[in-house]
Amino acid sequence: MAELLRFRDDAVPAEPAVTVDAFVEQSNALAVRIEPGDDARKLIPFLDRLRLVEVNFPVFGDGRGYSAARILREHGYSGEMRAVGDVLVDQIAYLQRCGFDAFEPDEPLAAEDVEKALARFPQAYQQTTDGRIPIWDLRHGTAHG
Amino acid sequence: MYQYDQYDQAMVDARVAEFRDQCQRRIDGKLTEEQFKPLRLMNGLYLQLHAYMLRVAIPYGTLSGRQMRALADIADKFDRKYGHFTTRQNIQYNWIKLEDAGDILAELAKVEMHAIQTSGNCIRNISSDHFAGAAADEVTDPRPYAELLRQWSSFHPEFSYLPRKFKFAVIASDTDRAAMRLHDIGIQIVRNEAGELGAAFYVGGGMGRTPMIAPCIRQFVPLDQLITYSEACLRVYNRYGRRDNKYKARIKILVHELGAEEYTRQVEAEFAHLLEQGIEPPFAELARIRTFFEDPAFEAGAADELDRSDPDFAVWADRNTHPHKQAGYLSAVISLKPVGGIPGDATADQMRLMAQLAEDYSFDECRVIHTQNIVLPHVRKADLYAVWQKLEASGLGTPNLDQVGDIIACPGLDYCSLANARSIPVAQRISERFAANGKGETLGELKLKISGCINACGHHHAGHIGILGVDKKGVENYQLLLGGSEAEDTSLGKITGPGFSEDGIVDAVETAADVYLAQRQDGERFLDTYRRIGMEPFKEALYG
Ligand code: SF4
Repeated sequence: MAELLRFRDDAVPAEPAVTVDAFVEQSNALAVRIEPGDDARKLIPFLDRLRLVEVNFPVFGDGRGYSAARILREHGYSGEMRAVGDVLVDQIAYLQRCGFDAFEPDEPLAAEDVEKALARFPQAYQQTTDGRIPIWDLRHGTAHG
Repeated sequence: MYQYDQYDQAMVDARVAEFRDQCQRRIDGKLTEEQFKPLRLMNGLYLQLHAYMLRVAIPYGTLSGRQMRALADIADKFDRKYGHFTTRQNIQYNWIKLEDAGDILAELAKVEMHAIQTSGNCIRNISSDHFAGAAADEVTDPRPYAELLRQWSSFHPEFSYLPRKFKFAVIASDTDRAAMRLHDIGIQIVRNEAGELGAAFYVGGGMGRTPMIAPCIRQFVPLDQLITYSEACLRVYNRYGRRDNKYKARIKILVHELGAEEYTRQVEAEFAHLLEQGIEPPFAELARIRTFFEDPAFEAGAADELDRSDPDFAVWADRNTHPHKQAGYLSAVISLKPVGGIPGDATADQMRLMAQLAEDYSFDECRVIHTQNIVLPHVRKADLYAVWQKLEASGLGTPNLDQVGDIIACPGLDYCSLANARSIPVAQRISERFAANGKGETLGELKLKISGCINACGHHHAGHIGILGVDKKGVENYQLLLGGSEAEDTSLGKITGPGFSEDGIVDAVETAADVYLAQRQDGERFLDTYRRIGMEPFKEALYG
């Protein structure tokens, strides 16, 4: 199994992830795996019982998973959001900004490369769900909350 | 002009450091070409037929003299002393060494420039009206909105791996000089009945192999929701745009397959949700950006007369200027289309001259037009003669704006690895032909556009006359199209019939021009005559 890189303090959920359709049908499932073509919005009614969301990136260039993660975070999901598959160091920072807090890449990443990649850009322009204050608000002292 | 603050500068500097590192890893063999490719493509570095090509972003086409000079210095130091201005209002260098890429980006960063997102499946450089801030017919200067979009789209975490590249254009007048409806998103800043400014959104236009004209999906988005609405448009595309076939991956296909109505419904639902997320920049930011685009200190009461005593100058002034909102001023267009030249190419020395003219005569500003020419936006009429003399002395005084010699041509088989046929030599020969037969001036406005393959970088669909290079059993062959337009009367050209050889296409263009000259009625342009009489008379002359 690929190595897990995690930026959370809670225990790693042990439940096996099921498909989105299976999750919606099984009232007791706690972990789900989103494939690129899945509609993440189907999970919104069940966010309370979700402990782990895996978002699969079969190829890094398929960016649908970024939207899936942000949508779930925007609806209040606070559990683990894990990017799995073709996850490379060059995407880590963007993934984090879209709400991912765990990474399980097919090819292990060197810890120092990850650290460097996450620290590379001092600021960000956009407001996302990662809590960073966008440049626009830094300029005008208008940060929300 | 917009100026970076410490935040903008820090972002660009960080990118330079990152890319330097990536290039070094490639040079050291730590990255394979396959691994390096997506990284360099995010920085505008392409591998062409003979060398690396670097594409530098020129946001909404606006440059200061200092920036233009830096582009000249890069051409001297790292390329073959010239650069190529593109149909995206950018500049490309065709002969770059990988070892130099980091240094070039560092040079650019010193003058607040970069190559960020000039390639890759992300939001590309935002284009705009090249007469912005100068045209009499605009409701406001569109560039503050383009700048806001530039910032929002830079390093956008959700939209950096879209199904395909994504292009915005922003205009603010009814006359469309930026081919707005042929973009993935075209925005027209408009004033509503209450007198407020807002944005009309046109989504799903584009050229390429399936050209489409964007439908309007919303007439009025309030300016304090501009980014949120854009984000909604992009999110629907990122989630549902096709990824199974790269030729069906542009947003135009999604809008077409869903239908504009259904696409709009999905965008509106996403928009309602995103409004609750509070992602819009504070309105103070738009106000801050606007201060950079205030009118320069025009001289009140500047003389409104041109001294037309030099007939050559008078011809150029009639052809290559555009009316200005300020009395006593004009926008002057520098043609990068000398007879027989390579469309859009400028030498380092020519760039330096243009920089100097911008500084001396145009409030330190020039613009790149998507037709591969350069504008000095704010020239006093009293200075125009002096400007022209200097241009003339440097081979930049060709009086052919929007005429048959003002050809748009993509790089084609001379550089591009996707090409079927050469574009540049065809452009050169047509330009020479019409210079020799003297018909250019008589023909008046005639927009001719050439692409070396179906990807349509030369906008052939939108030419009054379009030429498309195809490959016919290993031989270069050219199709002729008539009747396209990229202006507010947007239309797509139609193919006349069987293609032509390289010699044949030059003759065919002349034949089509002759049909027009024989048939035109008072004041009609080529396009008007074509629209009135249709394809048949042209077909007869070409194939009859
Ligand atoms: S139209 Fe084709 S040949 Fe021309 S630059 Fe684009 S991809 Fe290359």
